[in-house]
Amino acid sequence: MSPETQRKIEALFPRYPEKRGALLPAIYLVQAEKGYVGPQDARALAELFGLEPVDVWEVLTFYNMFYTSAQGRHHVYVCTNLPCSLRGARTLLKELESHLGIRCGQTTPDGRVTLAHEECLGSCGTAPVMRVDGEYVENLDLSEAKRVVDSLE
Amino acid sequence: MITQPYITNYLSEHYADDAYRELSGYEARGGFEGLRKAVQMEPADLVELVKSSGLRGRGGAGFSTGLKWSFMPSGNDRPKLFVCNADESEPGSFKDRLIMERGPHQMLEGILIGAWAVGASKTYIYIRGEYKVPTRRVEQAVKELYERGYLGQKILGKKGFDHDIVVHSGAGAYICGEETGLLESLEGKKGQPRKKPPFPAQYGAFGLPTTVNNVETFAHVPFIVARGLDWFLAIGTEKSPGTTLFGVSGQVERPGLFELPLGTPLGEIIDHAGGVRGGRALKGVIPGGMSMPILLPEDLDVRMAEEFLSERGTHLGTGGIMVMDETTCMVRVAAVTSYFFRDESCGQCTQCREGTGWIHKICERVEAGRGSPADLELLDDLPGLMEGQTICAFADAAAWPIQGLLRHFRADFEAHIAAQRCPFPESFEL
Ligand SMILES: Cc1cc2nc3c(=O)[nH]c(=O)nc-3n(C[C@H](O)[C@H](O)[C@H](O)COP(=O)(O)O)c2cc1C
Ligand code: SF4
Ligand code: FES
Repeated sequence: MSPETQRKIEALFPRYPEKRGALLPAIYLVQAEKGYVGPQDARALAELFGLEPVDVWEVLTFYNMFYTSAQGRHHVYVCTNLPCSLRGARTLLKELESHLGIRCGQTTPDGRVTLAHEECLGSCGTAPVMRVDGEYVENLDLSEAKRVVDSLE
Repeated sequence: MITQPYITNYLSEHYADDAYRELSGYEARGGFEGLRKAVQMEPADLVELVKSSGLRGRGGAGFSTGLKWSFMPSGNDRPKLFVCNADESEPGSFKDRLIMERGPHQMLEGILIGAWAVGASKTYIYIRGEYKVPTRRVEQAVKELYERGYLGQKILGKKGFDHDIVVHSGAGAYICGEETGLLESLEGKKGQPRKKPPFPAQYGAFGLPTTVNNVETFAHVPFIVARGLDWFLAIGTEKSPGTTLFGVSGQVERPGLFELPLGTPLGEIIDHAGGVRGGRALKGVIPGGMSMPILLPEDLDVRMAEEFLSERGTHLGTGGIMVMDETTCMVRVAAVTSYFFRDESCGQCTQCREGTGWIHKICERVEAGRGSPADLELLDDLPGLMEGQTICAFADAAAWPIQGLLRHFRADFEAHIAAQRCPFPESFEL
């Protein structure tokens, strides 16, 4: 954790009656540094918050948006919940799997793209949808999905 | 992406207008008249007004908002909190996102009116982590309110009316939408729901008295205060006044949001969405988000309000309507649904943790053509063993849709078991 990240985290403490309230935002800040929060980072966070490392680890592994190991440079997450599936999301995911040559849940060997599926993103009115590096891409069809994935460096 | 519902009413009237997202534009269109009126009232009278309005929570449970506010302790010996539940993760629901993107000040004004009514000094807005754009919009709107003196100390010059708002991001867990799971998460813990009692009004976030309301619930409040009871009670049904943002998804021509009075017939809403896609016949409709039991084509006459839906064995939930056409394999629907609940169970209660896993495994097995009649019997029994037996209502939400599918589409399950394969070649892919 960089001194700057630590300063940002400490600035969040007064927003909560107990400083532990700032733990989720703090994890986001640490994760922004290198893309994941490893055991060592968890220990550093625990120390800063006056918690046991296991308390931090438990939180880290409970939430889908926190990563405890390195991910691909780009994240492509396709929603496969029912409204999206009813509009072809799973067919699209399969096509993306073969387009990238990996299975859902894997990262391309060059570390470029991690492909995964997600639960409902609150975008069912513009289904199917995927989240690419955090941004929603809606009303997808296969060629648009491939174009977006190919444009990732 | 969606800038405006296909059909608008008082909430969404100005959503197409970018200026409405900003404080000046919101004020120019009647914004903050409700708060100005509210601070002229005694807090207790304001709670009474919201109670008399019959406003029911739009987060899924449909509880009376005024009644919930009245549970907050009086007096100021401990700080009181509000929490705005913007975790919107119920599959089929996408309305709170639109409110935050297009009318964030409605929600914020509703929060401030509530804060005056119950004497809350701080609000945490818990927004699901995936909602980056809505989060940015809400943060921007909160900043404007501080700059213009609607937040901070002595709001509208009123002595003793101090309020702060903190925007807090979730991190991808459906269970954090359950209000006590949310409170745990806000405290920096795993989002595992709490045993109740004590209820949040006594022991909420950080042990302080807390009221949790949904984004849309807050958004209705300024209109009720500004335009009055008679106006509000004339919209919707007697027991469920007002409009809601119905979301229509799945196999319709024009999926999207439609702001209509509660009590609008289901078939009419689906017609607004252009009807079933490709002129196909309807097979089933989930009326209120994935947790709610499915309805049949003959139920299209049902009026979309809790008092009518409960007569048909289902609920209004979040008003997220999912439409399935005649090609749909209902065992696949069961497999997708049960996967979701298995994945999202927080794991505290045995019935829920094990039950959701079993249900999913059986549904997958039956879908893949390896099911037996004994599987179907197990599927009949499991939901009943989960419902009402657990710390939170998640287990009910996991059990109900399966019970609904078995009640109405048992033949689909039986056909898979008899043929030992899926007999719906044109269904959506699994
Ligand atoms: C499993 C589960 C998930 C829930 N998810 C949400 C949600 O995402 N958003 C929401 O507002 N309410 C959700 N609720 C309902 C909340 O517990 C709570 O009733 C609601 O936020 C209260 O607000 P309201 O009275 O204004 O509707 C969920 C409930 C359960 C059991
Ligand atoms: S019912 Fe399920 S989600 Fe709710 S507390 Fe129990 S295990 Fe967790
Ligand atoms: S199901 Fe994909 S966004 Fe809702």
